[in-house]
Amino acid sequence: LSAAPEIPKEDARPKWDNKFQYILSCIGFAVGLGNVWRFPYLCQIHGGGAFLIPYFIALLFEGIPLLHLELALGQCLRKGSVGAWNTISPYLGGVGVGSWVVSVLVSLYYNTVLTWVMWYFINSFQEPLPWSVCPLNENRTGFNEECYESTAVNYFWYRKTLNITPDIAESGTLQWWLILCLATCWAIVYLCTIRGIETTGKAIYVTAIFPYLVLTIFLIQGLTLPGATDGLIYLFTPNLNTLKNPRVWLDAATQIFFSLSLAFGGLIAFASYNPTKNDCEKDAVTVAIVNSMTSLYASIPVFSVLGFKATTAYWDCLDRNVISIINEFDLPEESIMRQNYTSWISFLNSSYPEKIAGLKLKSCNLQEFLDQSVSGTGLAFIVFTQAIILMPGSQAWAILFFIMLFSLGLSSMFGNIEGVFTPLLELRIISKSAPKELLSGIICLISFLIALCFTLRSGSYWIDIFDRYAGSVPLLVIAFFEVIGVAYIYKIKRFSKDVEWMTGRKLNLYWHITWRFISPLLLLIVFMAFVTLQMQKPPSYTAWNPKYEGFPMKEEKVYPPWVQAICVLLAALPCVCVPLVALFHLVKQKRRSKDPSFVPPEVFSSQGANS
Amino acid sequence: MLRTLLLTLSVVAIAHAELCKPDAQNAFKVRISIKTALGDNAYAWDANEEYLFKAMVAFAMRRYSSKSTTQISNVLLCNVTDRVSFWFVVTDSSKNVTTVPGSDVEAAIRMNRNRINSAFLLNDKTLQFLKITSTLSPPVEPSTPVWLIVFGVVLCLIVAGIVFLIVSGIQKHKKKNKESTERENLEEKVEVTLENGIPCEALDLKAGHINGVFAADDERFTSL
Repeated sequence: LSAAPEIPKEDARPKWDNKFQYILSCIGFAVGLGNVWRFPYLCQIHGGGAFLIPYFIALLFEGIPLLHLELALGQCLRKGSVGAWNTISPYLGGVGVGSWVVSVLVSLYYNTVLTWVMWYFINSFQEPLPWSVCPLNENRTGFNEECYESTAVNYFWYRKTLNITPDIAESGTLQWWLILCLATCWAIVYLCTIRGIETTGKAIYVTAIFPYLVLTIFLIQGLTLPGATDGLIYLFTPNLNTLKNPRVWLDAATQIFFSLSLAFGGLIAFASYNPTKNDCEKDAVTVAIVNSMTSLYASIPVFSVLGFKATTAYWDCLDRNVISIINEFDLPEESIMRQNYTSWISFLNSSYPEKIAGLKLKSCNLQEFLDQSVSGTGLAFIVFTQAIILMPGSQAWAILFFIMLFSLGLSSMFGNIEGVFTPLLELRIISKSAPKELLSGIICLISFLIALCFTLRSGSYWIDIFDRYAGSVPLLVIAFFEVIGVAYIYKIKRFSKDVEWMTGRKLNLYWHITWRFISPLLLLIVFMAFVTLQMQKPPSYTAWNPKYEGFPMKEEKVYPPWVQAICVLLAALPCVCVPLVALFHLVKQKRRSKDPSFVPPEVFSSQGANS
Repeated sequence: MLRTLLLTLSVVAIAHAELCKPDAQNAFKVRISIKTALGDNAYAWDANEEYLFKAMVAFAMRRYSSKSTTQISNVLLCNVTDRVSFWFVVTDSSKNVTTVPGSDVEAAIRMNRNRINSAFLLNDKTLQFLKITSTLSPPVEPSTPVWLIVFGVVLCLIVAGIVFLIVSGIQKHKKKNKESTERENLEEKVEVTLENGIPCEALDLKAGHINGVFAADDERFTSL
């Protein structure tokens, strides 16, 4: 591969219809649910606009180099993750296998999140929205107790959707409505990935572009809502003091890393369907920048809506206090408005302090409502749904919002499934004559059957576990070995010649420095910091327990030992593939060298393997 | 004559004042929020509205006990504030200076709550009888849950798409197989009719085929 690689003779390898499809697929894979529900949250808790500084530094020194590395690797070797790493060196084949295992684990739980989105979507066609009112209790004298003590939105999420148990050890039964939605989601994934990139390439036009349309609509709507400007000011006001906290830098680095969907093997698979003479450097920079811009663009409507919700909650708080005061003192209606509330309160407090104390008024503080930050499923299914009820025409907004979330998640699923599908196709698990449709059908069916355990009543606790352990540490380990493998085992000189051949120009010094020193070092630091932070306290989770004294606050619980063992297994399984495969090849090599009749092939040979 | 009349009136007035006061026995507090309910179309609460209220309560009592002894004058209002809130009692004209038991009044109001609300263009929240709870109306539930219908539509579309793609894939596969077998047959046919690399049809042509070897040799010799 040091000289110009031969143009592969087999046209049997599928290829993209056009360059735009490829770029759109990479963008779709990178832009996912995290851009909408994790980035704005991080911005909010880490000092608003100041968070952009560590974010862009991480993008420059970690995100873009790793992305370029993966795309160049896939394009150059024209193989999926397992095949590509086997080609680089059989000892590094474990990196590809590790990527494959992570893709499998993530696909399983990611589609279950989409199941919840689908459930909310099909429930958005009702009037009134089912999460806006509490159901009545048995004798119709009041509202359902669990719903009354928390809110209708919380009740719909925890009881009607998840039907959650108070403890992870109590599994409960399978929830039939979630099974139906899960089957639908896997059917949609099968429909779109049935023939690999032939079908995903067509589907991606819709699923990658549609979220931008909806985000724009929400942006326009969000900016017209009252209180939107408060939310935006709160989000973007920079607080440079937060940069002194190392946690901020760690969060920025991990966010960039997971946001770009690195180390899944999906990007390598996408790039492998490219023609070899393609400018992968420009592609990498484009995809990374579009991903970050999308995160910023998405945070504007999210924060407008959160500001609107905080303002409405603040007004509700004030109104409730005003009503109590008016009723207690028998003052005429509309004598106390929101504007003169503070002057009235001070006047009444000075003249009738005991009466005011007896009313037990809640202190209403807008800042307090703005400070209530949520990320992840809580943002989408609790906070946003509550805000949607307050908007006029809530059904339309709910439908749009959930379709947007679904397309964001679906385009990321395409990348995940491609990361599973392409290596299996190359390993020739099934015979060549069998159609591709069969392999994708088998993958989707087996994944559906395994994912059924997430539809148990304790399913959402398990999804949190998968998210925290399978989708975090292994990726860092695999990415580290990727960079080390290309920079020091394959050698940067060789790789830069290949990239030069593909892009047509010499490799910039920036790539040399980041691939050789900065990115591996950064990954190592992030990995150490991440593991240290996780080890500091025993792994715990918050459970929804109606019988808890502090209800509706969630109860903090520690994982039982068998669950902790599963967490360790999930995190270790992909990582352990790397040394296992290397060991396996070492043993095979030693056995062959003992056999005198056998001529050992070159270990680092990749010339003949390029196809 | 006049003096006895004045005396009875004052006695009645004092008795009424005794009967209707805040937290009296069998008295209920009413709280009305007209501006909240009607906004710009709000009417003012005056003596006429009070008269209507007394009439509605008397109507409720009559309907409940189905004897026509309750008169408008039996309903006493007092302590009207700016809020608008006031207390009322229903006196029993058959027994002097006593009030109808609170449970009867409560039951009567409950039975006719809807009529009373609509007379004032208000609802349970804006015309509040404190101490009288209202029965909550059950939410409207359609026979088949709406989400099942939507789900059915979505699923049908997806299954149709999958079937279409699989069928078109099988057809393409068959066409490709047919094409490749045709191509093989064509190649075989061509092989059969080749002799020395020249198709037999060409050899049958009258013009013949120039043998390039001899043509080149001719030029070496001088022409005769």
